[in-house]
Amino acid sequence: MKPKVAFFDFTSCEGCQLDALNLDVGEVLGLLGAVEIVNFREVKTDRSDDYDIAFIEGSITKESEIPRIEAIRKQAKVLVALGACACTGGVNCLKNAYKPDELLKGVYGECASYYNTILARPVSAVVPVDAYIRGCPPTTSEFLKVVKAALLGKRPDIPNYPVCTECRIAGNVCVFQRGGTCIGPVTRAGCDALCVSSGRFCWGCRGLVDDPNTNSAKDVLARYGLTLDQILERFKIYNSYSEVSQCQK
Amino acid sequence: MPEIKIKVNQLTRVEGHGNIHLEASDGKLEKVLWEVTESPRFFEWMLKGRNYDDVSTISSRICGICSIAHTTASLQATEAAFGIKLTEQAWLLRKLLYDAELLESHVLHVLFLIAPDFLGADSVIPLVATHGDVIVMAVRMKKLAYNLAEILAGRKTHPITPIVGGWSKLPDADALRDVRERLVKCLDDAETMVAVVKSLAPMIPNFNRPTEYIALKDSKEYAFITGKIASSDGGTFPLEDYQKITNEFCVPQSSAKYTRHARASYQVGALARFNLSSEQLLPHAKKAAASLGMKAPIHNPFFISVAQAVETVHCVEDAINIIDRLLARGLHDEEVKVKPRAGRGVGIVEAPRGMLIHDYTYNDAGEIVSANCIIPTGQNHASIQHDFDALAPAILDKPVDEIRHTLEMLVRAYDPCISCSVH
Ligand code: SF4
Ligand code: SF4
Repeated sequence: MKPKVAFFDFTSCEGCQLDALNLDVGEVLGLLGAVEIVNFREVKTDRSDDYDIAFIEGSITKESEIPRIEAIRKQAKVLVALGACACTGGVNCLKNAYKPDELLKGVYGECASYYNTILARPVSAVVPVDAYIRGCPPTTSEFLKVVKAALLGKRPDIPNYPVCTECRIAGNVCVFQRGGTCIGPVTRAGCDALCVSSGRFCWGCRGLVDDPNTNSAKDVLARYGLTLDQILERFKIYNSYSEVSQCQK
Repeated sequence: MPEIKIKVNQLTRVEGHGNIHLEASDGKLEKVLWEVTESPRFFEWMLKGRNYDDVSTISSRICGICSIAHTTASLQATEAAFGIKLTEQAWLLRKLLYDAELLESHVLHVLFLIAPDFLGADSVIPLVATHGDVIVMAVRMKKLAYNLAEILAGRKTHPITPIVGGWSKLPDADALRDVRERLVKCLDDAETMVAVVKSLAPMIPNFNRPTEYIALKDSKEYAFITGKIASSDGGTFPLEDYQKITNEFCVPQSSAKYTRHARASYQVGALARFNLSSEQLLPHAKKAAASLGMKAPIHNPFFISVAQAVETVHCVEDAINIIDRLLARGLHDEEVKVKPRAGRGVGIVEAPRGMLIHDYTYNDAGEIVSANCIIPTGQNHASIQHDFDALAPAILDKPVDEIRHTLEMLVRAYDPCISCSVH
């Protein structure tokens, strides 16, 4: 029996789901040969509540999303957080700087009472998560790697060192040397330092490495005359849910 | 006549969360609602205080399908605020990237999301067995669009290299040459796509509801990221005056705001563009439109996807032309200098689903003081609802499954991007 796979979207842009399936024809057929997709609202009408592996996209930002994710957790043998919003809360958590009332009134004015919103949070803040596919959006190759590992019941081999390591391998000039700021020193690698290699800097979309070397990160800041606040503003873009406090330690 | 109750929770094969709700008894329609239940995300508030250099990075996350459109609207808003004009090279690259966006999005919508409706399938997956050639072709076209975007922007979803005032990294000329060859072959694929659409066209429901059509219009070209706002009911408007067109308001059934202009609702998107600018389509696209028997104005919303097929041909042609111009003039590194200044800037582009607006006010330090984003599907929700109001009574005598399916098809025809519309 092929394992049954389901995709679910919560608060998100739905880019991860569609990007994950940006596969070559061979890869699509390989995947369809290995699993049975039973639930995928964005591309498929029929649905079933009988599934083994659930991919969750998006963060939790509405009361009604909590029982929904709990029910999915109950059914799924393996629950995978797909993309930055599900893994770290992602950009959605930027709204947490404001009170729900202020947001609702600000955007909807007099009609604010029609709608609701709660503190945005990653999936793991509500239910246990078995595996993470990081990034905004994740790379297709990492998606395939995690799927294969999940099918074999193994832990995927995801780097647990900072983006800086990959950035050096890519031969980039360090952003700090060019006078900019970069979150690469504390961000989990796995994207081949894509943004730095594209002439920019790392925003930290893959979340923190497990044991970020905050001291060495602080040394880097001191060396280039930057304050923690300067870099936190950018760090918050993807990591304002909980990791910000971790970094300030 | 029996009671009819239809409730579609979380409509499938669209982006985001929307429901269809119909009740009728004794042959009389009591209610038909298009409900938007997507969670609000509050991007306008997220953008406050952000430095201009991070703004398009954040705002592109409004949408995972049309993130290039959001990036482009965002950059153009910031550039308008700072008084920055792009060089010709930067502008050509931006237009080329835009063609990749439309190509990918239209192929996805027409061949993966809409086609199953006409072929009696629940998704594209069973079509792999029955229509393998077309699916392989669609995957090839999508992949090409992805690769073109990757060469230009680092990746397709949430582009990296387009920055305020230009590009952080130029594409490789050899890679452009390779992709040009694939685009030339893709012209045949795009024409096959038109033929596929033509073969399905007889199944398109016969439903006409003339309305106001709004899109960017340019005197020189079929407008995607240039021009002024134009209405089929008459008049053109400068970008800064968009609020005279959009007039946003809230309705309880939708977490996305509605808009209205000259009538109770207006339509944006591929059909609106076609109705306003079809004479400016490039030659192959014009031929494709003629082969489909399309002549503006068309008032059947189910033809939005047909117009998308025509635009697909146009984008492939346009991309080949732009690459030729870029290669002829050679790619040169250009320094991007940005001097922030306080002020407001409005950027408007034609996203695959229609007119997309980003409006920012900056302070002297180049930080956002206030932001407003208006999304195409937000402008189309009212039009979908008014189509429902007109269509539902006309089909009430049909079997319940058929009523439901027709309403679902109508929503899908708009290619709605619901999570984006709630933003
Ligand atoms: S993680 Fe990024 S790409 Fe994925 S849904 Fe969130 S914003 Fe979109
Ligand atoms: S370089 Fe940083 S921001 Fe860019 S993809 Fe990698 S982890 Fe994400």
